[in-house]
Amino acid sequence: MLDVRDLKKSFDGFQAVGGVSFSVPQGSISAIIGPNGAGKTTLFNLITGHLSPDTGSVTFKNREITGIAPHDLCRLGMGRSFQRTNIFPRLTVFQNIQAAFLCHRGRGWNLLAPVDRFYRDETQVLLDSVGLLDKAGEVAGFLSHGNQKQLELGITLALEPEILLLDEPTAGMSAQETRESIHLIERIARERGLTLLFTEHDMEVVFAIAHRITVLHQGLVIADGTPEEVRAHAEVRRVYLGERR
Amino acid sequence: MTSGRAWALLILAAAFFVPAAGSRYYTFLANDVVIWALFATSLNLLVGYTGLVSFGHAAYFGIGAYTTGVLMKKLGVSFLLAFPAAGVMAGLFALFFGFFCVRLTRIYFAMLTLAFAQIVWAICFKWNEVTGGEQGMPEIPYPDFDWVERVAAWVPFVGGYRTSDYFYFLTLILVAVCFWLLGRVVGSPFGRMLTTVRENPERAEFIGVNVRRYELAAFIVAGVFAGLSGGLFGIFNRGVFPDFAYWTKSSEVLIMTLLGGMGTFMGPALGALVLIWLNQQIVSYTQYWPLVLGTILIVLLFVFPGGIAGAVGSAARRLRRRRQVA
Amino acid sequence: MPDLSFVFAQSLSGLTAAMFLFLIASGLSLIFGVLRVLNFAHGTFYMLGAYGAYQFVQWTGAGGARFWLAALLAALGVAVLGGIVEHFLFQRLYGKDELYQLLFTYALVLVLGDVAKIIWGTQQKSLSRPPGLTGALSLFGATIPYYNLFIILLGPAIALGFWFALQRTRAGRFIRAAALDRETLGALGVNVSALYTGVFVLASFLGGLGGALITPMRAIVPGMDTEVIVEAFVVVVIGGLGSFWGTFLGALIYGQVLSFGILFFPRFSIFSIFALMAAVLIIRPWGLLGRPLK
Repeated sequence: MLDVRDLKKSFDGFQAVGGVSFSVPQGSISAIIGPNGAGKTTLFNLITGHLSPDTGSVTFKNREITGIAPHDLCRLGMGRSFQRTNIFPRLTVFQNIQAAFLCHRGRGWNLLAPVDRFYRDETQVLLDSVGLLDKAGEVAGFLSHGNQKQLELGITLALEPEILLLDEPTAGMSAQETRESIHLIERIARERGLTLLFTEHDMEVVFAIAHRITVLHQGLVIADGTPEEVRAHAEVRRVYLGERR
Repeated sequence: MTSGRAWALLILAAAFFVPAAGSRYYTFLANDVVIWALFATSLNLLVGYTGLVSFGHAAYFGIGAYTTGVLMKKLGVSFLLAFPAAGVMAGLFALFFGFFCVRLTRIYFAMLTLAFAQIVWAICFKWNEVTGGEQGMPEIPYPDFDWVERVAAWVPFVGGYRTSDYFYFLTLILVAVCFWLLGRVVGSPFGRMLTTVRENPERAEFIGVNVRRYELAAFIVAGVFAGLSGGLFGIFNRGVFPDFAYWTKSSEVLIMTLLGGMGTFMGPALGALVLIWLNQQIVSYTQYWPLVLGTILIVLLFVFPGGIAGAVGSAARRLRRRRQVA
Repeated sequence: MPDLSFVFAQSLSGLTAAMFLFLIASGLSLIFGVLRVLNFAHGTFYMLGAYGAYQFVQWTGAGGARFWLAALLAALGVAVLGGIVEHFLFQRLYGKDELYQLLFTYALVLVLGDVAKIIWGTQQKSLSRPPGLTGALSLFGATIPYYNLFIILLGPAIALGFWFALQRTRAGRFIRAAALDRETLGALGVNVSALYTGVFVLASFLGGLGGALITPMRAIVPGMDTEVIVEAFVVVVIGGLGSFWGTFLGALIYGQVLSFGILFFPRFSIFSIFALMAAVLIIRPWGLLGRPLK
């Protein structure tokens, strides 16, 4: 479904991503892991159009999407969440989700109709599925971190994506929150038949749900395969376990 | 009908009685407030709703004023055409200027809006043939109100007013319509998209919002309504002058918006009312109005950043909470 | 084709204007570079420097070195005022929206402008040139007042001195660091708040000095603050917000464009200044020598 070929990106001489290629099969759950600074977020930004690569291409559903602007990309079926929680802080939870529906379903340029009559049911259904229905009227900025992440997931789902790119979805969460969050994500991906690509630090999470794992180190892929293959990979062990003998 | 809308209609109705109840002075004041309320609300679409701080909004005010002024005074065009023309002209300039402005962010955006406004001012200041140059264009004619006397023959309460009063009524009606339109825009899906741009442009991009296009649209709509208010002001002021586009005019309207509270729709209108009334009061005692204004502004910034509407709103919330607990 | 000596004279007058603008704009640029705020009140500090110099001369009488003393004292007075304003008022706004900070500086323009009116009235004031620099020089057929020449030489001298201080002194290093990354600087234990006050004081000194020194050449009158601040904005935009040599370059360009604009296209001189500002913002927003903001 998603094909990344030889992506390269340098900043002022520093090579953040140095020729990365991998594939994400449809319906799979794939993870990108790597130590801090390995280039995971840069890679995400390259795939989702926030950055233009120096060379290389990204293909989505057999369609070249390299360098397409983010607002066009999400119409093609790609949804993304961000490392630092990205929601609309002063809008309510309900309005956050509704906004996504409004734009995705093409009502964004309606200048005269009252906004509140649109997509009430769809928004409530979605809120329910991410577990935020009881908080619909609350101002998003005042939610707990975990709730905000749920909201962000909800916003992304409102765009009816076929693939979900999640950048460190459990960052900043407690162990309990992490487990709940991952279960939620996995359940939703399964229910909606979504393809999932995420980056993570937490190895437990990754090995629990990923079908395929790509390991990045200093901007290059050093391993790519099933969890068993990666776990046994010598280079990966060296990079992660460090100089411990 | 919501309570807010009921209040608005009540105030509008009351406003119609000002010439009958008060003196010429109060009608003058009310007319001033009404026009600036529209100007400030148009700016708020940019600042409060889209999060774009413009330092050059007076450019469109000036363009609107000069368009109506030139059409009515020099070309004898009727107000029926000259007024909408103000909006159209301002909108066209907003499209051109805005195209470049929205490609920049924050301080650069603000600087470019300022630069464009100063360019408009410089043109108005020097283009003697068309704009009258430094002297401006005094004595813009009032719209033709002769027909009102004919109507007054068989409709009670309509006749017997001065021309300036008729212009005041006309202003009230036109501005009310504009407010209604702006209210619809702000409450529409488009308006909601603008708030997403304000809240989090990066996230907005990734729900499919073409941020630049929405910002340009907001810029144009704001420009159109600023132009319309300018068109009215030129006639009201009995003259159009280059300082309509000068940067200090932009800062006046920005202060009004902040004073009233940019978090609400009617906040800027309230700010216009308070500022103009205060100005009139102070000016009769002392010539040091800027000193008073500056001090108020400082107090506002430190104590009431939400403006008057914000302060009232949070006080009301606190009262409600206290009642609930009790 | 106007004769060469006339062109030369115009160019020099543009250069003189540029040096004054450099003094003022460098303060503005410094405040923006470190505090990330566009200080509208900078023109007011300039004006207060002018009134201050006038006032000191009124008290001590002109003659001898009094002018220079008055100018220095006025600049110092403005610097102190700047420090007080920054430390007691402006500091409280640092966490808040940039718009509030901007509007605060504008409120200062309103308040201080009227305070100046209250103290000195609305009539024009002026100072005569200091003894020793009256009279003029004849160069290439043009008559150049000695005072102008002094200013033309003072500008680069201050620029170099300033630049040297920024590069070589410890305080200068802190200032440059703060312009790049203030959070890290704070984390390293540097008293960032004192640094900010210091920067504001220095910038106000420069602005006040510019105002004090311009008194023999231009009338001291209310409204000179709002007039000069827009010019300073143009200079800083052209040269690059936060760039030191950019401000110098911007001032030079501004001075030449304005003086030749007045000469060749008098109706378009103001227009061309702002058109230049707009053009720079459209084509290269961070100015000729600036760096893109993060």
